Amino acid sequence: MSLWEYANPQKFMQLSRRVLPFVAAASVLCLLGGLAWGFFGTPDDYKQGSTVKIIYLHVPAAMMAINAWVMMLAASLVWLIRRHHVSALAAKAAAPVGLTFTLIALATGALWGQPMWGTWWAWDPRLTSFLILALFYLGYMALWQAVDDPDTAADLTGVLCIVGSVFALLSRYAVNFWNQGLHQGASLSLDKEENVADVFWFPLLVCIAGFVLLFLTLVLLRTRTEIRSRRLNALLARERMG
Amino acid sequence: MIALLIRDMRLAMRAGGGFGLGLAFFLLVAVLVPLGVGPESATLAKIAPGILWVGALLACLLSLDRLFALDFEDGSLDLLVTAPIPLEGVVAIKALAHWAVTGLPLTLVAPVLGILLNLPDAGFYWLVVSLLLGTPALSMIGAFGAALTVGLKRGGLLLSLLVLPLYVPTLIFGAEVVKRGAEGMATSTPLALLAAITAGASALLPFAAAAAIRINLR
Repeated sequence: MSLWEYANPQKFMQLSRRVLPFVAAASVLCLLGGLAWGFFGTPDDYKQGSTVKIIYLHVPAAMMAINAWVMMLAASLVWLIRRHHVSALAAKAAAPVGLTFTLIALATGALWGQPMWGTWWAWDPRLTSFLILALFYLGYMALWQAVDDPDTAADLTGVLCIVGSVFALLSRYAVNFWNQGLHQGASLSLDKEENVADVFWFPLLVCIAGFVLLFLTLVLLRTRTEIRSRRLNALLARERMG
Repeated sequence: MIALLIRDMRLAMRAGGGFGLGLAFFLLVAVLVPLGVGPESATLAKIAPGILWVGALLACLLSLDRLFALDFEDGSLDLLVTAPIPLEGVVAIKALAHWAVTGLPLTLVAPVLGILLNLPDAGFYWLVVSLLLGTPALSMIGAFGAALTVGLKRGGLLLSLLVLPLYVPTLIFGAEVVKRGAEGMATSTPLALLAAITAGASALLPFAAAAAIRINLR
């Protein structure tokens, strides 16, 4: 019994069919609970007023936008090294989800920035690197679209994902060098005693869990769809032959 | 490998190679920008470093899709893949040839365009130095993008979508060198980082590009 057994599409479909409802339900629960708790159950910030509550969408979305790329990198490496098709399809499935999270982070940031900084957009390092991250997602998805042969597409996007990761990281530090930012420091880190006041911290944790589960749900769902469409294509091809 | 370098440069410079196109495009950018933002020399002096770098970058992008596509169409790429020299070396040489016919001329004409854009005197030296150090990275990254899209029918637009985000660090450090140089500040930090990108790109990207070509020719 090893993890690699689930690289078999049949096994993966079986497992994901059983797991998916639970993950989806848990994600809905966490998101609804966390957001409701955050929006109605926490006090306004003394400086930022009620706008502080956008943190419950902004921070988890931003975290998952980066983590989605990391997951794609891992899946691409698995595909390139061990040639498991499910892995390549999971990377493909994760890209639009990651792009959406990136856009959510940018949009909620703009909504918060307007009343707080007095501007929708500033060329701040974090904002800029997120915009660049969105471009990387776009390029990755466009390459998947453009190549007809699925295996070639998986290989090329895998190589792009690896090279892109290095350059995305480089860009992150380059924009830091290029401009001093408006954006506050990290809201969450593991090595600090207290990150944000506890009243905001607990609902935020629930929301983060909700976003992680949402990402898992969507990726599983989309990977299943991809596998089904592969099977459909194989069936159609067989039909044409016979 | 030297024969390949000479062949590629010759092909690029003779008719149909589009050798002058990049330069003409660079000139046009430098002419159009003042028409767009107005002729005040103070404004132009301020934006000149960025405009020159962006112009050089776009001019470089213009000729990238021919880097492997022509050889792919007439089959000589297949011969190069099966040739006794490693494909990584072929990629590096082709990127070098691309640099010699685009990056190098761009570097040489950039000071002239700097005059058009009213670049401060102190900036000219740094403009040439930064372009000389930075354009090889542009060619090498571009070669990787061209290798990814070599088999595609409409690869041109996709190529720019893939390559432009990869150009971000090079552009930032390159333009920063010129900006700091023009303002008389110390330039060694961004210059060192720019050189690091060029060195890293030329060391590692040939392997990624060669892998992409092998996948595309499978």
